[in-house]
Amino acid sequence: MIMCNSAGPPPLTPPERLPVAKAIPEHVPYLLIGGGTASFGAFRSIKARDPTAKVLIITEEGRLPYMRPPLSKELWFSEDRASLQQMKFKQWNGKERSIFFEPESFYMKPDQLEGQENGGVAIVQGKVVKLDASKKKVLLDDGKEISFDKCLIATGGRPKNHPVLEKASEEVRARTILFRNIDDFVELDSAVNSSEAIAIIGGGFLGSELACALGKKSQETGLKVYQIFPEKGNMGRVLPEYLCKWTTKKVQEEGVEVFANSGVIAAHYRDNKVILTLDNGKQVKVDCVVAAVGIEPNVDLASTSGLEVDEIHGGFRVNAELEARSNIWVAGDAFCFYDIKLGRRRVEHHDHAVVSGRLAGENMTGASKPYWHQSMFWSDLGPHIGYEAIGIVDSSLPTVGVFAKATSKDTPQAVVEETGEGLRSETERIALPSAPSAGKPALCVPQESDDFGRGVVFYRRNNIIVGILLWNTFNKMPIARKILRDGAENEDLYEVAKLFNIHES
Amino acid sequence: MSYCRKEGKDEIIFATKEDLAVPSTAIIKVDVEAEEQEEPGLILPSGEINWNCPCLGGMASGPCGVQFREAFSCFHYSEAEPKGSDCYEHFRKMQDCMAGYPELYPGKEDEEEGKEFSNIGSAEVDEVQTDSTNAEDDESHKIKDVSSAS
Repeated sequence: MIMCNSAGPPPLTPPERLPVAKAIPEHVPYLLIGGGTASFGAFRSIKARDPTAKVLIITEEGRLPYMRPPLSKELWFSEDRASLQQMKFKQWNGKERSIFFEPESFYMKPDQLEGQENGGVAIVQGKVVKLDASKKKVLLDDGKEISFDKCLIATGGRPKNHPVLEKASEEVRARTILFRNIDDFVELDSAVNSSEAIAIIGGGFLGSELACALGKKSQETGLKVYQIFPEKGNMGRVLPEYLCKWTTKKVQEEGVEVFANSGVIAAHYRDNKVILTLDNGKQVKVDCVVAAVGIEPNVDLASTSGLEVDEIHGGFRVNAELEARSNIWVAGDAFCFYDIKLGRRRVEHHDHAVVSGRLAGENMTGASKPYWHQSMFWSDLGPHIGYEAIGIVDSSLPTVGVFAKATSKDTPQAVVEETGEGLRSETERIALPSAPSAGKPALCVPQESDDFGRGVVFYRRNNIIVGILLWNTFNKMPIARKILRDGAENEDLYEVAKLFNIHES
Repeated sequence: MSYCRKEGKDEIIFATKEDLAVPSTAIIKVDVEAEEQEEPGLILPSGEINWNCPCLGGMASGPCGVQFREAFSCFHYSEAEPKGSDCYEHFRKMQDCMAGYPELYPGKEDEEEGKEFSNIGSAEVDEVQTDSTNAEDDESHKIKDVSSAS
């Protein structure tokens, strides 16, 4: 709990949890362990292919299936506290929507499931502690047993803690949020409204999105926001170095004080503040710390149930059809699968949960399909950066980035705003009209005014494209999919980039 | 003029609009069968209904999913004149079911959308965007509105 007493908007209360059901059927045809996005994707597929299917979801979190991306994105930009209390946010088109995929009335009570001629989807709070693949049954922590015909494991992941915070005093730990679910959102929202300073540890998707979201708040309220991470810039494991450094500048413009190349080596509690000491000797004083240092797949069932865990990627190991054992499938963050195109992988993204959940659901109803439709992911960092990506987007791979050089039409003003008066000559030079050149652009020294406003980045392994990043370039995912499927082996990527019309997005 | 540079293993190209407008010489093979598998849309190439289309939202999986399927199938395959006029009984059952779930199937706010029902059956609604949950839900709302108004 964050203890502070300055006046802010009234704190939110988390939505109620599902009751722990007393009456659960002894047998269900389809059992889904975990109530997140992957389970949602699965029950949609199951019902599509087996219309009268009876599906039971057992969720430890105890909430109706909901989408997590808005917890670090749209919900922070909502001004309407009443909507926020209902976990609703405004989409880009202005339409309001709930983070819950379906309202409670969509689901059936577990004890009604058996008698339903048309089947249905029921959901119950509970914890599965053991799965017997041979006898096709699970054991719950309260001793109940449920047998099934087909079972999905979609247990997701748990946020990791930072080793320093983990060992810190109780006062520090009480002021640390491991951000993952609705409760964490509510807690951080309250902290934002009652704190003078907040530190976010982690430079990945979650840390960077939260930093930008809080940075925007800081411009309104005077909240001080720090972001601390060991990489050279934001999204350092994803973006090539030049782009991640450029991104960090944009994050700073959002009002965030960024400490890149920095590790936290100590955390103390003094005078009602948490003091974080960095490895460069600097200290930051905050009221609240958010650890966004990744998740680990929840594979608790592996040891009790004899299921294999991938030693390299983590997660339950499954085949290309997402099957761990006969009649047992896995989807979402918790599994490592064989991608027939890109090899063994584990992916922690919303769309992957949807895509893998859907595929698992299809295969649970007999489709026998391999992982084929590549999932994508997206992130927005403040008003200037939005990106989408597909495939293996790993900054350690060699990359080719093609960016829209500003045109005579829209450049000068943009470049002036960007670089200031000192580089006006540069502005003029860029603005000069030039004749199209057919060949590959010539090598040139870096320019101060290089603006990575819009473009496409290809990630290559053995001269084959394995990942594509669309940088402020929207609605081009279908093209990216085609290229990824083909691999564009040995192609000139400048020529491939032409297919994206990056100047027009 | 376009130009490029290298930073270690990363190559960076800045290209002007004019340069990128020169036709691409890249050869990207497109596997048509694979494309169809990717995003089949609401109506499969065979003419059958794809009940797993994200564009259906929760219609096929919800508590009136079976009734919805029967009504929609009847309409899709109807050869009556006007189309669907032989499906009254199916639609009545669907409406009866939906009346029990006002939160899921809100009332007739927009009668005009009833006309769009025939569009659901056509291949026009094939903007399947599994990429974006937003798009997915927009579609589902549209179809929810449509079916409750019919």
